[in-house]
Amino acid sequence: MMELSPIKTIALKEFHERLRHRWVLAIGIVFAVFSLAIAYFGGTQEGAVGFRSIDFTIASLVSLVIYLIPLIALMLGFDAIVGERERGSLDLLLSLPVTRFELLLGKFFGLAMALGLSMVGGFGLAAVVFYRQFDRVTLPHFLGFVLSSLLLGLAFLSLALLLSVVTRDRTRASGLAIMLWFLFVLVFDLLLLGTLVSTSGAFAGDGFAYLLLLNPADVFRLFNLQSLDAVQTDYALMELVPPTLAHPGALLLVMLGWIVVPLWLAQWRFKP
Amino acid sequence: MDIDTPPVEVRRAAMHFGAIYAVDGIDLSVQRGEILGLIGRNGAGKSTLFKMMLGLLVPTSGSVHIEGIAVTSPAFRAIRRRIGYLPENVVLYDHLDGLETLHFFARLKGVPNQQCLEVLQRVGLLKAGRRRVRDYSRGMRQRLGLAQALLGTPSLLFLDEPTSGLDPEATRDFYTILGDLRASGTTIILTSHVLAELQDRVDRLAIIAMGKLQALGTLEALRAKTPLPLTIQLRVASLQLPTVIQALSSVHGLTITTIADGLCLHCLPARRMAALTAVIALGDEIQDLQIRDPSLEDVFLGLASQTP
Repeated sequence: MMELSPIKTIALKEFHERLRHRWVLAIGIVFAVFSLAIAYFGGTQEGAVGFRSIDFTIASLVSLVIYLIPLIALMLGFDAIVGERERGSLDLLLSLPVTRFELLLGKFFGLAMALGLSMVGGFGLAAVVFYRQFDRVTLPHFLGFVLSSLLLGLAFLSLALLLSVVTRDRTRASGLAIMLWFLFVLVFDLLLLGTLVSTSGAFAGDGFAYLLLLNPADVFRLFNLQSLDAVQTDYALMELVPPTLAHPGALLLVMLGWIVVPLWLAQWRFKP
Repeated sequence: MDIDTPPVEVRRAAMHFGAIYAVDGIDLSVQRGEILGLIGRNGAGKSTLFKMMLGLLVPTSGSVHIEGIAVTSPAFRAIRRRIGYLPENVVLYDHLDGLETLHFFARLKGVPNQQCLEVLQRVGLLKAGRRRVRDYSRGMRQRLGLAQALLGTPSLLFLDEPTSGLDPEATRDFYTILGDLRASGTTIILTSHVLAELQDRVDRLAIIAMGKLQALGTLEALRAKTPLPLTIQLRVASLQLPTVIQALSSVHGLTITTIADGLCLHCLPARRMAALTAVIALGDEIQDLQIRDPSLEDVFLGLASQTP
């Protein structure tokens, strides 16, 4: 029988620790500075600086977030369990009236709060500036972007916890976290594009596009770019995406799956 | 809590990892209010047995019951509130202070926060309670670890190398706390590699070797199991030495070695009185005499040498 009290206690402790060593503040500043910088200087390749439309701003931010958030979430969560194991405190925690699943959920929610607060703080500051620059109608777009960024962060946090459960030491866990980042952020799309090009588009049917769902970073990109007509051409694989796949509700469900499934796998592997 | 139920009951418990038997069919029953010392070489299976008793490892076969409840049963969760555990070399949370650390463990155990100050005081950390754990010395960290184990007035304490990193004064204080806990009925199981520390402070000893319970009993009982000689040290004036050696040489079963200021006699416990009678007969030629029974370390090494 799962109890909420230990989950809350562990979550608050994790959150408190991240606040205490200023992790939340540092990452919040990173988000604020990068989002403002990318919004202002995003058009330099076209020979202009300054804020452009909210569509272009979000598209630029998507490019930033897709690199930054998975990395931050993986770094935040990779040692959640394996770190306790190395310190010798995992056995101590599990000797208390706390189940492994409660410990895992407590860790997840605590780290999620830290990640969420830094994102809301960082992007919130940017939102204030955007609110003054763009008209009020554009704000829901930006909120959608922040929400999907948070979900992307939670998906990678969930993957990080899975890594943390299955690895025996922090060094291996950090190495695997970086490999996972490379795989999802850099290699996956390259493999899909490479397959398409090398087969001269022989597999370019609707089914192929569904492979994008196997990567939470692509789900996030689809979620944000499907509504931004002006920038869809910036993403080569966007052409393959059928309308049924580009539905926000479906993409949201897939993203929730990317949060729940690794967590479920983590609790399944986290056995005595 | 049933007074008649042994707080710890291990029955033919085995734990194997592949082909390796870390614990191999151990039977062990610990009585209420008893201090049991668990000793063995590194890798003997002590930590695995500890983890099995804490319900952290599920026995491959056999059973472990704590306070009459199987550690694999869901009901064991409630029993965990009455257990205190100090793991070996545990590193607590650097960014929390001592009091925050205890509050965290108190909440998980369902213990009121007020008790945290009491246990901090008990382990001598009250003044350092608001300092971050990262600024604590090794001994202070160990005392904080002990403090969290004492939260909730546990009826059963598992302490793995509890005096590691403690200075002699803190070690003495630690054993005073342990004595008080035993007096109040707390059952304590502890491991230590410092056998001299344990020998006068535990009620019984369990020696683990290669995953098996090699010996269990009081120090006296264990001494009786090993044919270890006792040592009688004699201070003898150098001029008298030849006479004394000649007189003692006739005593059966006595081994004599010369030391700096006299002689060292070794004999089996059964020959103790014969040896002493011979020594007393020498009268004034003996300036001083000390009898030393085999220490726990001698017993442990003696038993270890019997392991196939």
